[in-house]
Amino acid sequence: MIARDERPLAAVPAMVFAMLITALGLQIAWHAAQPRPVARAEALEAPVAVPVLRVASLGEPVALAQLVTLYLQAFDNQPGISIPFRELDYRRVIEWLETILALDPATQYPLLMATHLYGQVPDQARQRLMFDFVHTQFLRDPNRRWRWLANVTLACKHRLKDLPLALQYAREIAQLAPDAPPWARQLHIILLEDMGEVESAKIVIGGLLDSGQIKDPYELRFLIDRLRSLEEKAENSTSPSKN
Amino acid sequence: MGRRQIATLARFTLLEAWRTRLPWLFVIALALVFGAAYFVHQLAITESARMQTAFSAAASRLVAVFVLSLYILTSLVREFNDKGLELTLSFALRRADYVLGRFLGFLLIAVVMALLAGLPQMILAPAPAALQWISSLALELIIIAALSVFCILTFTQLMPAASFVAGFYLLARAITAIQLISSSAIVADATLSQRVIGWVIDGLALMLPALDQFTRSAWLVDSAPGWTAIGSCAVQALIYTALLIAAAMFDFYRRNL
Repeated sequence: MIARDERPLAAVPAMVFAMLITALGLQIAWHAAQPRPVARAEALEAPVAVPVLRVASLGEPVALAQLVTLYLQAFDNQPGISIPFRELDYRRVIEWLETILALDPATQYPLLMATHLYGQVPDQARQRLMFDFVHTQFLRDPNRRWRWLANVTLACKHRLKDLPLALQYAREIAQLAPDAPPWARQLHIILLEDMGEVESAKIVIGGLLDSGQIKDPYELRFLIDRLRSLEEKAENSTSPSKN
Repeated sequence: MGRRQIATLARFTLLEAWRTRLPWLFVIALALVFGAAYFVHQLAITESARMQTAFSAAASRLVAVFVLSLYILTSLVREFNDKGLELTLSFALRRADYVLGRFLGFLLIAVVMALLAGLPQMILAPAPAALQWISSLALELIIIAALSVFCILTFTQLMPAASFVAGFYLLARAITAIQLISSSAIVADATLSQRVIGWVIDGLALMLPALDQFTRSAWLVDSAPGWTAIGSCAVQALIYTALLIAAAMFDFYRRNL
């Protein structure tokens, strides 16, 4: 059936038909003859300087920070190839994360990436680099970034098996982040207990109770229970064996 | 084939471009790009020359494609609206000659635009690399000219034709990356639907020119591709231009005026 405003196919000269078919065949043959595209991993380049990015953001540094974040997040997944995190240059990744935080200091995203993406690689040296980055950023704004250091504290304990480092981070949360919830500020107590330093843990809990900082009745009860259990543990360990 | 008619139409197409001040418009756009590239150069702390060249090349390429396609579309739409097409075809002129004549004019405009766009790159990059970049841009613009002619003869209205050209251009520049993503290891052991999508993308890639292989800024800042690669681009441009012009003629012959 012919559309109302179209002429029949017979109106098209045979030469045009032939040209169309030939060109179409050549296009398919040419394309099929080309080698298939090969994926190539590109190295992560250094980020552009923050002042330049601020100018380039045209007054929208937060929006630009988000775009940069997405770029970095997708970098491991280049067209046709997936780069394992462990093959990324971690010092360079940290430069990018710092750039994002410089553009948008309120964002938590780079810290999440450091903790939960780049900090998960089975390579302790790289993990330590990321944890150190999170620690440095925590020191700049403890009340907003304590949760990432809390995550890192647990990772130090369970994955790195580095209890002294975990304890250092936990103590800093307790000292520098008054807005952090009690469980985060009391992490060092649990760590001390795990390290077998029951006396130290008792002193810390006692200090907390005496300081009057703890107002919540549930939290008070939890700490008192914890103190009792530590005392029992201490007694058991000092009492002579019946055998 | 009416060679004289084709040459006359091409000459009038060039004359129209000159009288509608297309060269000045394009030169002003290039001057703005060059100024912006200089600004980037001043901002950069390191690799400033590299950034200036890459920005200038990439932006000039986009501006050239945008200006040329929009010019062709508006020029032909104006001819349709002013009934100039009916007047032209009332002479002893075959439709195929009309398409060829107009396209030849646009092809010459495309080459001149590529030369103009290449002048700043001649200053910023080594001459052999800049010459290869200019040649590739000319070939790319010829494909865009053929595409614009095809679209406006098929759709006859500016909006759908311009949208199609923009969509086609973006897809042709991205199709290799899309193909790579579809065949990556992540989706290799894929479901049937993913495999079908992979076949569709491969089929689409067969029908599109791989414009990501053309006119790369990296040629100017890293290393020139060599004339063999430009030759490959030329073959692709020749085949695809022939296909688009044949398709344009096909549609134009079937149209009732």
